[in-house]
Amino acid sequence: MEDRGFGFNLSEEQSSMKDTVAKLIKSMVTGNPAHDMDEERKLSREIIDKVWELGATISMIPEDYGGYGMEYSPIMNSIILEELAAGDMALAIAATLPSTFIYTILQMGTEEQKKKYLPLYCDPAYKACTVAINEPRFKFDAVSLETKAEKSVGKYVLNGKKCFVPMAKDSGHLLVAANDNGKTELFIIESNNPGLKIGEREKNLGLYALESYPVVMENCEVSADDRVGGDKGCDYDRFLQKTRIAMSAIGTGVSRASFEYARDYAKERVQFGEPIASRQAIAFLIAEMAYEVDAMRLMTWKAASVLEAGRDAKRESYLAKLYAGEMTMKITDYGVQILGGHGYIRENPVERYYRNGRGIAILEGMATV
Amino acid sequence: MINLEMTQKMIDVKSGMNNMATGMLRPISRYYDENEHKYPQELDMFRSIKIMSRPKKKKAGEETKPDKPDSKKLGANLSMVIVIEEMCWGDLGLLLSLPNAGLGNAAIAAVATDEQMERFGDKWASMAITEPGSGSDSGSITARATLDGDEWVLNGEKIFVTCAERSEVAVIWATVDRSAGKAGIKSFVVEKGRPGFKLEKLEHKLGVRASDTGTYVLDDCRIPKDNILGSAEIKESTEGFKGAMKTFDNTRPLVASMALGVTRAALDFTREKIEESGIKLDYGKNPNNLSAVEKEFYMMEANLEAMRLLTWRAAWMMDNGEFNNLEASMAKAKAGRYGTLIVQKCCELLGPLGFSCENLAEKWIRDIKITDIFEGTGQIQHLIVARNVLGYSSKQLK
Repeated sequence: MEDRGFGFNLSEEQSSMKDTVAKLIKSMVTGNPAHDMDEERKLSREIIDKVWELGATISMIPEDYGGYGMEYSPIMNSIILEELAAGDMALAIAATLPSTFIYTILQMGTEEQKKKYLPLYCDPAYKACTVAINEPRFKFDAVSLETKAEKSVGKYVLNGKKCFVPMAKDSGHLLVAANDNGKTELFIIESNNPGLKIGEREKNLGLYALESYPVVMENCEVSADDRVGGDKGCDYDRFLQKTRIAMSAIGTGVSRASFEYARDYAKERVQFGEPIASRQAIAFLIAEMAYEVDAMRLMTWKAASVLEAGRDAKRESYLAKLYAGEMTMKITDYGVQILGGHGYIRENPVERYYRNGRGIAILEGMATV
Repeated sequence: MINLEMTQKMIDVKSGMNNMATGMLRPISRYYDENEHKYPQELDMFRSIKIMSRPKKKKAGEETKPDKPDSKKLGANLSMVIVIEEMCWGDLGLLLSLPNAGLGNAAIAAVATDEQMERFGDKWASMAITEPGSGSDSGSITARATLDGDEWVLNGEKIFVTCAERSEVAVIWATVDRSAGKAGIKSFVVEKGRPGFKLEKLEHKLGVRASDTGTYVLDDCRIPKDNILGSAEIKESTEGFKGAMKTFDNTRPLVASMALGVTRAALDFTREKIEESGIKLDYGKNPNNLSAVEKEFYMMEANLEAMRLLTWRAAWMMDNGEFNNLEASMAKAKAGRYGTLIVQKCCELLGPLGFSCENLAEKWIRDIKITDIFEGTGQIQHLIVARNVLGYSSKQLK
């Protein structure tokens, strides 16, 4: 086994990227745009462009396909996602959305698929492409999908319903997960495919600013060349591992934002003649938030470490997402609770963190590392 | 560089200790639980390991090499938490009974002079802080030490002393001046057998019964003047007391790793039974589509992983010379509480197997509880974490 040492410290490169993203987010959050975007149900294209300009996604793509050829690093991607999500979860998903499409094709696609699709999106300018995994039904499970792909001569025919497809209207292509004879495969579908219908924009509990859509496929014909990985198919297990780690990183960011806001509020809010933080009933909640945020981050990094070493992270990514799903809800709940009535008012971001936080356990495949 | 995957060295330490725990501790686990206070002679072979000690100082004139930060090297503390987890997977009560590995040994190792190290370094040392009226508030102890010529005269009562009977010396916390508050609290090494020193009784406990917890009574007990650890001077500040409390930054990750070991023992046994029943744990399905048993199991496993990573971080920081007061308490807070909850849940899932003394699970549910109590209760850990993240003093957050 290669010995890469064991450590909790960020490399220089990692901490400089973390600082860059944090600074950018901070400069954008001044004047509360995360709140405004949520209220207006619209992400600022300018902010997305700025995040994209950092080059976090395409830096790890080989130069042949339009990237900068830096080493692929799930840990670095986890660090970036946490920082973005600490600013705004909707923004974190939107700004990194092409990654899920791009990385999947890069790592699992055929040579033809890479040549055909990567240059389209590995561009200095942000271009949307999206992923359709979730299905609108009770007992939805990313590992047993109801959307079906049937093989026919030189093509596949897809039928099924998807939901929570971010930015589907703006996207040139969708990556759609479907059950192909008992095995889950991913298909590259052009958004103007006549068999694919993008519905009315959804209204959801959280992520108001993120446009998302239901997508229905009715006898949607896809060329056999557009099944990710061609004859070999894709490594859907690995795809899920990467997206699960990404959701844990996002959960860490959302939870951290709630923790920091509640902590600062509790020090300022005076009742009975002293800050509410000086009472154990509040202080203990804050302590718990503090170590659970750290625990979530470490679980995320642990899973990302396994992936980064090129090993199978099925168990670690599953546990990291399970943990982040449960803990994000708990922490964002504490955030609202500490602010009391004020936490219920949309002026304070803890209510948004609470609504968005529910998504961590539920949503699959909306981001990747 | 961030890498939280175990290195080969860590895996080797872990598997070596696991073999030892399987072969030596598990077989005698039940026996010493049932024979409370009986010294486990099998542990004599560990006398030379010196878990709580420090490396012998080089002789004068010899150059000491500064520790190079080397991520490839396995640090002493990280290594220790791995060792302790495995041993406690074997048996926590037996770990607490390891010769020469008392908390007193940690205190001596931390502050003793070279001369004191010569005298006490090889002795098994217990630590006596708690009093009937003074638990978490260790600044309020009333045991007193008075200087009389070349001797200290000690008076008072100390309870909940681990290794009370088996230790050869005891580190006694006492005040030299009550009016000085915490600044007046010092620690003293008392050799067993000195007149006026008495082991009053041994406790009968919920768990960790292999460990001999007892009460000391000091009645005009005289010890040499230079048996005091650290300076006798009462300083304006409470630096001395804080220094003593700092020992806990080092030992809390160790206690957290005790919780990891017991918790994993219970979880491993539960997994075995779940799999024997035909359920396959494959880490794939949406949690909504799992049975209650599977969902509980995964969540416990995730929590154990979280406990472990917080603990390893605190230990790793020590190895790297970083101040870890916050992280040590985070680890202890999480591991003590969730370890306790997890073992409780394991026993519930095990049903009759979790209640019967035919299996060790019922022992683990008793043993684990101590990890949320000693070395600072979970509530004290939460206070420390909260004060740290809020930037509050102990006056601002009581």
